[in-house]
Amino acid sequence: MTIRGETGRFGPFGGQYVAEVLMPVLGELEEAFAAAAEDNGFWDEYHRILREYVGRPNPLTFAANLTRLVGGCEIYLKREDLNHTGAHKINNTIGQVLLATRMGKRRVIAETGAGQHGVATATAAALFGCECAVFMGEEDVRRQAPNVERMRLLGAEVIPVTSGSRTLKDAMNEAMRHWVSHVENTFYVIGSAAGPHPYPVMVREFQRVIGDEIKAQSIERFGKFPDCVLACIGGGSNAIGAFASFLDDDVKLVAVEASGEGIETGRHAAAIAGGQVGVLHGQKSYLLQDANGQVLEAHSISAGLDYPGVGPQIAELARTGRIEVLTATDDDALKGFHLLTRTEGIIPALESSHALARAVDVAKTLPKEAKLVVNLSGRGDKDLATVLAFEMRGGEA
Amino acid sequence: MNRLEKKLKDKRASGGKILLPFLTGGYPDIETFIDLLLELERVGADGVEVGLPFSDPAADGPVIQASSQIAIERGASVTSIFDAVAKARERGLTIPLLYMTYYNPVFHLGAEEFSKRAAKSGADGVLVVDLPPEEAAEFAPAARASGLDTIFLVAPTTPEERMERVTRESSGFLYCVSVTGVTGEKKPVTELVGEMVERIRPHTDLPVLIGFGVSTGEGAASLAEVSDGVIVGSALISALGDARGEEAVKRGGEFIADIRKALD
Repeated sequence: MTIRGETGRFGPFGGQYVAEVLMPVLGELEEAFAAAAEDNGFWDEYHRILREYVGRPNPLTFAANLTRLVGGCEIYLKREDLNHTGAHKINNTIGQVLLATRMGKRRVIAETGAGQHGVATATAAALFGCECAVFMGEEDVRRQAPNVERMRLLGAEVIPVTSGSRTLKDAMNEAMRHWVSHVENTFYVIGSAAGPHPYPVMVREFQRVIGDEIKAQSIERFGKFPDCVLACIGGGSNAIGAFASFLDDDVKLVAVEASGEGIETGRHAAAIAGGQVGVLHGQKSYLLQDANGQVLEAHSISAGLDYPGVGPQIAELARTGRIEVLTATDDDALKGFHLLTRTEGIIPALESSHALARAVDVAKTLPKEAKLVVNLSGRGDKDLATVLAFEMRGGEA
Repeated sequence: MNRLEKKLKDKRASGGKILLPFLTGGYPDIETFIDLLLELERVGADGVEVGLPFSDPAADGPVIQASSQIAIERGASVTSIFDAVAKARERGLTIPLLYMTYYNPVFHLGAEEFSKRAAKSGADGVLVVDLPPEEAAEFAPAARASGLDTIFLVAPTTPEERMERVTRESSGFLYCVSVTGVTGEKKPVTELVGEMVERIRPHTDLPVLIGFGVSTGEGAASLAEVSDGVIVGSALISALGDARGEEAVKRGGEFIADIRKALD
């Protein structure tokens, strides 16, 4: 794998828009990651942990009941929900914390929205014996109480963030501030394929195992690549992980953004469909912002998609038309949530439910024999309280 | 050479130490902000740095975060702050002024448009905190074309080989970040700052000013001894407290007058 030479620029997107203090630190990280990426021993260790600890490869499940009900093409589920900790996030945190220890950093920090990345970071920290602090918006601490408890049980310090909108973007601001103040001994584990270079590249490489497995499993099962791979996008880590292996192949790639209460209401998290190009958290990409260039609060029923930006590579793939970008509202996601739960006995994360909602439509547009793979990025146990509260209030999130 | 660089170099040549206070634009409100600008000149500031508040100030500590949020809530925008600065100029503000901001509000307006309007408002320079020289290829030439100095930062983590790059892109003065941290958080150690200034000197003859964590007259005097002067931000905003109008102007003026005295 050649990481060296990647500039972190994807067309007009990406870059390193950070304060001077961090520039040398990012340079060091870039070098350390490039060196690790060239070291087979590093990848052997990474894959050993994914196999023995995370439980990879996870299955590609044929959703027979759902396929029959929809009446379109064959729908398969990539079961990231079956990973240890219940989502795809662990793939990346194992990789980054392994890199941190290789760099001699024994303290890791992370931002988290839904709590899945926080839990995955706290888990990897426990496994590697690192100290861990997780920044989480106060609003998300309230919405995702079970994950807060999990992080604390794992030995992480959960730091509620009370600035701004008190959600994921503010947690990321606070994590960056903390990182700037503790650069000597602290490694910042970013959960999304976003942020300053080399993060978007690094997170993609630690998530590409999803697409690599989809590819191998498809060849084994169908004797060919799938016809379409579909994933939800917030920052875009599960999507870029599922897509990375297929970028040069004749495979339709579809990403689904969270349009919350509807793009026209202004209460949404669809950075590509409803944002403009801007700069936040070290990267240039699509961004929700007002007429003065102030960043807008995102809104989504799913805390994991509640982010006003999107990773730079996903942005470029959307700009060039390599991926198709659709949107799903809060209501659509709830329908997807219930649909999969009832038809297949699998409770999906609300994030993944956005993908499921649109997968149903896409399946109807493809030939019956076509194979559509939906990345089921996480399990939905963490969302039960949110779903019940939403439905009791008659749809008001 | 622009007014900013000339004034600061003149000050250094005269043997004096440079005092550059920072105000959050539009804080505590637009009218008080204008009065504060004039008051800072009256009590001996050599220039002033005006923050254009951004919704996500990731390089700032709690004090400037809070003042930025309040300013935005009270209606401050790039346009209203440019207008306020133009008014201050009309009312007799003569000291050099630079804008400090994050890149998104600049990019949103367009580098050229932002620079033209900033210069027209009466500014002499601009510092974009999350825009390192590597990303400034579009912005820096546009700013310079409008006659604005482009100020970049040197941090304690900046290695020797980057100094050249950073100083080459800089004009006006060099902003030396005293600590690895956000604004108004850690207390700088004079000896370490002195060593950093000595590492910078061979690369540039620009005045070197120390910012981040300068909070008292004594601290300012000690840091000024190993440099050409200081930037005082969070401590000044804190000194204003929740005052507005005359009371805020009085508090800000007294605070900066004390630092001026300590520096002289």
